[in-house]
Amino acid sequence: MSTLQREETPKLMKGNEALAEAAIRADMQAYFGYPITPQSEVLEYLTEEVPKRKPNTVVLQAESEVASINMVYGAGGAGARVMTSSSSPGFSLMQEGVSYLAASEIPCLLVNVQRGGPGLGTIQPAQGDYFQAVKGGGHGDYHIIVLAPNSVQEMADFVFEGWRLAEEYRMPALILADGAVGQMMEKVYLPKDGSLPHQTAAWATTGKPKGRDRNFITSLHMEPDKMEQVNLHLQDKYRKLRKEERYELFNVKDADVILVAFGLTARICNKAQQLAAEKGLRVGVVRPITLYPFPYDIIASLAGPNRVFLTVEMNAGQMVEDVRLAVNGKSPVYFRGRMGGMIPNPEDILLEIEALAEKHNLVNQTVR
Amino acid sequence: MNTTTEGMELVYEKPDTLTETPMHYCPGCGHGVAHKVLMEVIEEMGITQDTVGVAPVGCSVFAYMYMNVDMQEAAHGRASAAATGVKRVLPEKYVFSYQGDGDLAAIGTAETIHTVNRGENILMVFINNGIYGMTGGQMAPTSLEGMKTSTSPYGRECSTMGSPLKMTELIAHLPGAYYVTRQSVHTAAAVRKLKKALKFSFEAQKQKKGTCFVEIVSNCPSGWKMTPLEANDWMEKNMFPYFPPGDIKVPNELK
Ligand SMILES: Cc1ncc(C[n+]2csc(CCOP(=O)(O)OP(=O)(O)O)c2C)c(N)n1
Repeated sequence: MSTLQREETPKLMKGNEALAEAAIRADMQAYFGYPITPQSEVLEYLTEEVPKRKPNTVVLQAESEVASINMVYGAGGAGARVMTSSSSPGFSLMQEGVSYLAASEIPCLLVNVQRGGPGLGTIQPAQGDYFQAVKGGGHGDYHIIVLAPNSVQEMADFVFEGWRLAEEYRMPALILADGAVGQMMEKVYLPKDGSLPHQTAAWATTGKPKGRDRNFITSLHMEPDKMEQVNLHLQDKYRKLRKEERYELFNVKDADVILVAFGLTARICNKAQQLAAEKGLRVGVVRPITLYPFPYDIIASLAGPNRVFLTVEMNAGQMVEDVRLAVNGKSPVYFRGRMGGMIPNPEDILLEIEALAEKHNLVNQTVR
Repeated sequence: MNTTTEGMELVYEKPDTLTETPMHYCPGCGHGVAHKVLMEVIEEMGITQDTVGVAPVGCSVFAYMYMNVDMQEAAHGRASAAATGVKRVLPEKYVFSYQGDGDLAAIGTAETIHTVNRGENILMVFINNGIYGMTGGQMAPTSLEGMKTSTSPYGRECSTMGSPLKMTELIAHLPGAYYVTRQSVHTAAAVRKLKKALKFSFEAQKQKKGTCFVEIVSNCPSGWKMTPLEANDWMEKNMFPYFPPGDIKVPNELK
C-alpha cells in the first residue's frame, strides 16, 4: 500500500466513483456488472468514462450477476485484468462462480457494496455479508482475499491493492464495502494512472501457438486423490497469504476496553473512543483491514486479564466469532450490533463501554 | 502382421487439434464425432493458435481433454457467458462454446439468449440429444413429448412439464444471430454438411458478423437405452420431425 503513487491534489468523490476511477487508472481491461443499489454508480461511471478515455477497455452490462461472474471467469481465464461489482443479493447470486474462480486460480477483483438483508432487505448500509465473504460463500473449501475499506480513499487504494494481491496469489480478491462507504463523498488522492502494470500470464487461454501445450482452465478433477492435491495446494496458498494480514491499531497499549470493528463501524468506534477518553476511560480500537486473512495474531497478543473486548458490527454478530477465536478465552468478548441498515452511533457505543467498565470493575483503574 | 504404409495412399489422419487422450464417450455417441469434425475444421483453416474454446458441464465436460486448443471449462449453463468474457478481451481470436441441451437450453437459457442478442462474435455449438446424458438420463428441455426418461418415467407430458424447446428457432429471431443452422453427425453426408456449416461460422466470426449458432441433433444410446444403430434410427424417425435438420437463418452470402 505504501508503494502506491497518488496524485498530489485531492478530489471530492463518492466512494463508488472513486473505486471506478481507480479501476480505470489501474489498467483494468474488462468490467462486467449488473445494476443494484447502492453500487450502481460503478457501472454508470465506467460506461460514461471508459469510452472517452480507454476505448479498448471492455465495459459490459450483463444480463445478470450470474452472467457477470462467468464473464469474469472467461476474461480472467484469458489473462485480462478483470472486475465485477455488486451489492448483497447480487453478490449472493455470484457465489457458484466465485467458487469456480477460486478453484481455477483466476485472479480478479470483486466488489460487494453491502446493503441490509436478509432477502431483498434494504438498500441501506450493512455488514451482514461478512460470513459469506470470509468463510467461503460458495461451495467447497476455498477462500478469497477480503479487504474492508472505511473511506473513499481506501475505495480507490484497495482497487490497486486488490489486483496486486489477486495477481500475486492467483486468486480472487474482494473489496467488502458497505452502502455508506460507497455513497459518501470525501476527499481522495487518486492513485496515478498506469502505476500498476499488467502482464498476461503464461497459463492464460490466449490461443495455443505451435510448440506449447494447450492451456486449459478447469476446476474439475474426477480422481479424489487429484482433487485432494488441488485442495492441499489451495490451503498451502492460503497459509502463505497470512503474511498479507493488515490492520490498524489505535491506543491499544493501555486500553481497558478494546473495540474491534471493520469498515464504516471502525470509524464510528474511533469517535466512541474519543468520547470515552473525554470521560477518562482508556479505550483502544483494532481495525482489521484484511478480513481474510484475518489478523488473529495481533488480537491474540492483545488479549489478557483486566481487559475486555467489544466488537461492533452492522450485523447480528459475525466477525465477533473470529475475535473470540483470537482472544481464546483470555478476555471477555462482547458484541454490539445494529442490523437491517441501521448504523450504530458513537453515543450508544460509549454507553456500552461504560457499562462494561462498570461490570468488570475497570472504572476505578481508569478514572484516576 | 507385417504392416507397412509403403505404396499406400493416406486417406485419413487424426488432426493435431485432437489430443492422444482416448475419449470416454459411450459407443455410438455423437459427441465424439462432433468433437472431431469441429477440430478438423480448426486444423484445416489453420487457426489453432488463434482459437479458444469453452466446454460445458455435461457429458462433454472433458472436451478440453480431447480438443488440443486452449480451452476453459465453464460452470453449468454459463459457457456462452465465459465465451463472451474471452471474446471481449481477445476480439481477434476465434472463440467457440460447446454445450448440451440442458446446459444451453435449460440452466443457461438467459445466457444463451443474451449472448446471441448481443451478437457476440462467437460460434455456439449446441448438442441436442434430448436428454441429460451426464447425470444419468433425466428429462431435458428438448426431450420429446411422451419421451420416457428417469425423471419423466411415464413420458413427458407437455401440459405439466412444458413442450420440447426449440431453442434454435427461438434465437434465430434475434438480430444478433447471423447464421443459425441445425445439423447432425449420424451419416457421412451429414458430417460433410456440418463441416461446411462450422467453416462458414468461423469465417463469419473473422468478419465480426454476429453469433453463429450450430445445433447438432444427436443421440444418447445409453440414456435412450438403445443400441447405437437403434438410437440413430430413432433419432431420424422421432427427433428429426420435431427438430428438422437444415438452415434456419442464412445470411445472403450463403443463399
Ligand atoms: C449448477 C449445477 N446444476 C446441476 C448440475 C448437474 N448436471 C451436470 S451435467 C447436467 C445436465 C447435462 O445435460 P446436457 O447439458 O443435456 O448435456 P449431455 O450430458 O446430455 O451431453 C446436470 C444437470 C451441475 N453440475 N451444476
